[in-house]
Order: sequence, then structure tokens, then C-alpha cells
Amino acid sequence: MSVTYIDAIREAQEKLLREDDRVFLYGQDIASFGGAFKATKGLADAFPNRVFDCPISEDAMIGLAVGAAIEGMRPIIEMQFADFSSVAFNQIVNQAATHFYRTGMPIPITVRLPSGGTPGSGPFHSQSMEGIYAQYPGLVVVTPATVSDAYHMLIDSVKLDDPVLYCEHKFLYRWLKSKSINGDYLPIGQARIARPGKHATVVTYSAMVHEAVRAADRLQADGWEIEVVDLRSVKPLDLDTVLASVARTGRLLALGEAFPWGGVTSEIVSRVTEEGFHLLDAPPQRLNARDTPVPYHPKLWAAHRPTPESICEALRKLLSF
Amino acid sequence: MLKARILENKLSSLYKAGKIVGGVYLGKGQEAISGSLGAALVQGKDCFAPLIRDQAGRTAFGESLLDCTRTYLGSVEGPMKGRDGNIHRGRPEMGMPAMISHLGAQVPLIAGMLFAKRLKGTLEGCVGATSVGDGATSTGAFHEGLNLAAVEKLPMVVVVANNQFAYSTPNTRQFACADLAERAKGYGIAGFSVDGTDLLECAKVVRKAVKRAREGGGPQMIVANLLRLSGHGEHDDGSYVPSNAKAGHYGRDCVEVATQQMVDGGYATVDEILAWQEEMAAEVQKAVAQAQQEAAPDPYKEDWTALSTKFPFIPS
Repeated sequence: MSVTYIDAIREAQEKLLREDDRVFLYGQDIASFGGAFKATKGLADAFPNRVFDCPISEDAMIGLAVGAAIEGMRPIIEMQFADFSSVAFNQIVNQAATHFYRTGMPIPITVRLPSGGTPGSGPFHSQSMEGIYAQYPGLVVVTPATVSDAYHMLIDSVKLDDPVLYCEHKFLYRWLKSKSINGDYLPIGQARIARPGKHATVVTYSAMVHEAVRAADRLQADGWEIEVVDLRSVKPLDLDTVLASVARTGRLLALGEAFPWGGVTSEIVSRVTEEGFHLLDAPPQRLNARDTPVPYHPKLWAAHRPTPESICEALRKLLSF
Repeated sequence: MLKARILENKLSSLYKAGKIVGGVYLGKGQEAISGSLGAALVQGKDCFAPLIRDQAGRTAFGESLLDCTRTYLGSVEGPMKGRDGNIHRGRPEMGMPAMISHLGAQVPLIAGMLFAKRLKGTLEGCVGATSVGDGATSTGAFHEGLNLAAVEKLPMVVVVANNQFAYSTPNTRQFACADLAERAKGYGIAGFSVDGTDLLECAKVVRKAVKRAREGGGPQMIVANLLRLSGHGEHDDGSYVPSNAKAGHYGRDCVEVATQQMVDGGYATVDEILAWQEEMAAEVQKAVAQAQQEAAPDPYKEDWTALSTKFPFIPS
């Protein structure tokens, strides 16, 4: 018996609906259809009047969620694809994110963002938006990479009093399986050493954790021991764990699937450089997707995002200094 | 509406004397419709998301004058503590959320407050209302929010104060339909047009729409036709408003019209109204004086955090 990443997301929502009357689900095609990815399969039947289909109105979906949160509810909004949250951008960054600072009343909404690329999905169903949202004060941005984190971090996101962008990676939905939904639990705000090593540190999150581990396994054949840090949440950023790892290895590669201009990897490199310059034995490196829209064709797509091959290449360069 | 006018005249003077930082945005010419809406709602039960020109509605709904003067004058005692200013204020816990500047955004927000009341089983007999201007009707948020409210059959009243100018842009560059109220049909909701310079008409139409919403009639849209009697803000002299518009029917001052209506209808005498004005002016003066004496926010005492959560977050 194994549990997939998407099962974990579904199970977490079921538990939340069962245990907290304030929770409801609002999104496109999520009721009787069970969602475009089946993350809410069966939940509308199990919880009548708690799971709602809504019009294709991403702005209004988040506006509704903020209003409901003001009234004491804890809505979970499913964006069908993270890419479509650009339509809701205003409500997320201006309405939800500013509310606590301006009025003193926190807005406990959780926005599920099916993120990242899969073969054949193309420019508008593949985006990674975490860096954009992390730039705004007042938002929490989580990026689970494991089945257990997908489950526990969704539960904790809903329990948390602030707006959370829960970035779930579509590539992991059915590909990633685990024997149990319960792994080594960590709270939001704490990073995990996904793979210990001593020659270089890869700091990454979401699906790229698995690509980094693959690359690390390959380099092991050459005698390199690569440490992989899974950030788990990009905001807050657990810089302590990152700095501790860099202190051990002296070398940093920041890895992400988002576009290369700015973003999470830039933030990591700049913070480590600022606070841990003395720990570095080599110039810190970044590896991201390419600076084009995410391409449709699987061959182009596979070369657009970082792969174990390109990660190995970046690491070899890092280790060559 | 009278109190709002007196308060706003004072705010304008304070701005021109350099006592208010940022901007001052008046509801001059919109007091009849705004006040009618605020007066038709019940604080503690209904919710109301006012917009830029809703001083009259805010006051009628029950916002204190101090909330206004403290926010404009930057007192740390105000509801926004100096973190936001002027009309960007509210008390969400009393059913009056704080507006953001992005137009149309409060339409789905009010829908969400009503939706939550439905889920909690407390919606019965409640109404949610918000105001927008003619400019906001061009936004995606307005469309999405109103359509969503209609789909969810929520007891919502949306007032469109058609003051003919969005900042400087006239209606001819904003929309192409003859009457904005006709749009209601497209949303499957009720729509009304009213002369926004006529207090008695405004009160009648607003009360009817609020009653219909309260009784389960779904969203209601009221378009109040009027003219903005000030600039966009007090930094703007509104010189682009043509003189024939000012001289026309909608150019008349709704406060003067209402005063005449009160006297003609035997609701109050001229002397009584003058006495009210004096009383209100004193009240306004007191709220201004108090806010002016209060401390400004201290950057060294500010906690500079936009999140209420402390990390790592361990749920209780």
C-alpha cells in the first residue's frame, strides 16, 4: 500500500474538513468532478455544502476567500493551475497580504497552486510562481517536496493565521509515492537536510529536491558527497539551516525550476553571500529554468528546466574552484 | 450627509493648510446616495465596504468621526495606526472592511463575507453592500465579483455612483451602454437607476433594494446618476469638468436639495437645520482637535512585521 503526493493533498483536505467547521473548499471543477487533478475527489459527497464549484473568476475567488476569512472561516482555494493565479494577483498581494498589517486582523486563507512543469503542458500550465509571491510582505509561501510534507504542510497551512500560497508540484502528484503519509514531521519555517554530504550544498525546494538528489547520487560515483537542503518553505526562509550546511561544505548551488531573473535562488545566494561570505570556498552558483516561456514540446521542456545532467554540470563547475 | 459634508469641508481646509499628508478625497455631491445606503444597513448584522467617496455612508453606518480624523491626520490611535491613510480605513470586525485602492476589489470581498455567513448559518436577514464609481464598472474585478454574487444568489447591494468622471476620464471613454443599470440584466440581477442628487428618491430606491436583498431577492445594483462636485482629490481642481455639466441638473448640490426637501416636507425647519450644522461642526472640530493632539506612529516602536505567525510554526 502506497500513498501518492496527490493522495496526501486529498487526505489533508478531508481531515481538515472533518475536524474544522471553518474550513471550506472553493475552486473550479472541484465539487462533483473532484478537481482537474482529482485532489478533491469524493469530498463534495462526504461534506455537502462545504466544497463548491465556482465561476472562472480567479480574482473573485480570492476576494471571496478574504471576505470569508474576515468572517472567521478558513477557506482553501484551489487554483486550477498556478499560472491562473496571475488573474488573482491583485487580491492575493494587495487584499490578502496587506490586511493584517493594515488592520491587525489576520487573513487565514490557503491558496493551492498546482505548480511547475510536466511534459506537454506548455507556457500557461507549467509556471512556478513562488518567487513572485514571496517578494510580497504578508504572505507565507510553502513548497512541499515529499508526500509527508504535502500532507502535514497543507494541514499546518490552514491552521496558520496568515495567507498561505501552497505550491504543490504537478510532476510529483502521481510520480511521488511513499509507504506512509507520516514522515519526519517538521514545522513550517524549518528546512530539512534531504541528503547529507560534505563537498557542496545544493539548496532547493519542491520537485527539484528529487532532481538534486539524483544528481548527487550520480556524483557519488566520482567520490563527491553532495548535501541537499530542502527549503520546504521559501517564505519564511530557514537561513540557519542553509548557513549551517554551507559551513560544512563551503560551496553553494541554489537550484530552482522558476525563471532565472531574481527569485528564490537569487535570494539564497545573496543572503548566504551577505551573512556567510567567510564560509564560502567558491563563488556561489545558481541554476534555474531558462529565460523563455515554458515550452510545450517534451524535448524542449526537458531542456528548459534543470535536469540531473545540468545539475551535475553546475556542481562539477562549483567543485572545480 | 450633512455631517459628512461638514467633516469633509474641514478635511479640505486641513489639507490646504498642509496638515494632512497624502491626499484628501471628498464625496461632495454623493452624500445623498452614500448616506442612504449607510442608513439602510444595520451595524452588527450587515456588512458594508465603503469606497473613496463614502464619508456619508460610513457615518450613517456608524463609523466614528475619530476613525476618520485619526486616519487622515496619522494618529497612532486610529484603526490603521498610521500604516494606511485617508479613505483606506475600516474596521473589519464591525463589518466594515478597509478598502484597497484597486477598484472593484471589494465586490467579491463582500460576497465572501455573506458567503461565510451562509456557511455559519447566520445569513438570514443580512445584507452586504458596497459602493463603486462609474470607473470601477470597467474592471474585471467588478464583473467577476458581481457575477459570482449572482451565481451564489447572495443578498448583496452594489451602488454605482455614476459621477460622470473617473479621475478626469468622462463616461464616453469609460463605457458604451446608455444606462449602466441595464448591465444588471446581463448578470441576472435586479437593477435600478436613480437621480443621485435627490435624497428622497435615493432613500426610497436604496431602501427598496436593501429590502429585496434582505428578503432573498439576490444581488441588487443601483446606479445613482450625479456629478462629482469636487476634483478627484483635493489636489485636483477638476477643471476638465465642462461648465454645462456643472450647470445641468446633476450639477445641483444634493445637500442643498435635501435641505429644501426637509423644509418643504415639514421634516425640519431652517432654524433646526442650522442648529444641527452648528452642533455637527462642533463635533467635527472636537474629533479633529483630539486627533491632532495624539502621537504619530513611532518607527522605533513599530514591530515591522506583516505576518501574525511566529516561525517555526507549531500548531497548537
